[in-house]
Amino acid sequence: MSSRSTSQPNSMVDVAQIGYRHPAHSVDVEQGKLRFFARVIGETNPIYTDEAAARAAGLPGLAAPPTYAFSLELDQTRPFAMLEKLGVRLNRVLHGSQRFIYHKPICAGDRITLQSVVEDIYEKKGGALRFIVIRTEATNQRGELAVEMSKTVVVRQSRSAK
Amino acid sequence: MTAVAHARRYAPGDLIPTLQITPVSRATLALFAGASNDHNPMHIDLDAARAAGMDDVFAQGMLPMAYLGRALTNAFGPFALCEFGVRFAAITHVRDRLDCIGEVITAVDCASGQRLNLKLTVINSRGEPTLIGDAVVEINLEEQNV
Repeated sequence: MSSRSTSQPNSMVDVAQIGYRHPAHSVDVEQGKLRFFARVIGETNPIYTDEAAARAAGLPGLAAPPTYAFSLELDQTRPFAMLEKLGVRLNRVLHGSQRFIYHKPICAGDRITLQSVVEDIYEKKGGALRFIVIRTEATNQRGELAVEMSKTVVVRQSRSAK
Repeated sequence: MTAVAHARRYAPGDLIPTLQITPVSRATLALFAGASNDHNPMHIDLDAARAAGMDDVFAQGMLPMAYLGRALTNAFGPFALCEFGVRFAAITHVRDRLDCIGEVITAVDCASGQRLNLKLTVINSRGEPTLIGDAVVEINLEEQNV
């Protein structure tokens, strides 16, 4: 099936959506939220929890742990709006893979802008599984690319959708 | 930013210290949902998980990835990571223990020290790999001889 799927309520996604750019959003990196995240994952390096330690290491504020940019992307009113826009139902998706490429540290006090684009869509198992690759750039308030992210979302296709 | 100097060089086959995670609890899933902004009810609401055909809630994939990140920053410091990726191979269940393992695959000299490629694995209590990944780190050896 190759018709456009934007009006369909089922879990279909369409290869015509490759290249779709979701509206960017910006988020403030907050010290309290960073500290909460670090505590929950058991992080013990004070650079993630103690502002004085972060400053002593030359940072303007607490450092964000390596996977935190993913949480910044979710920090919006409708965190799954992009998947909804692609016609994906949340209870049919699994997180298949995740990659980060690091350019600049993200720190408390930064304002990060996240821009996501659908990089690829492909099927496996005769169409039973559809893979959506989404690439996101996280840029700081100085216009510097801080982190690139790439995630693969696996959608279990319903039989009726085929 | 201050570079973190490493006292040692790495060679292929070297292991970084394994990070052992005590059993994943429902409380951790709830707290991580709030901390990570992943409010997908599949991870925190048993009713929602059962409605989707699961027996129980299960961990956000980004939770074991965050633990792997800790293993990496424990070993190399917060500024060494260049690239970090995983494939989510199996679901992490409540009460799973996790071992976060990193092995050096290649080590080449670079301007500041060494550039390492690592193979990463998170193994659960049943010996199954739940995350399989890789990382590229650059460690600074400049101050080693000071």
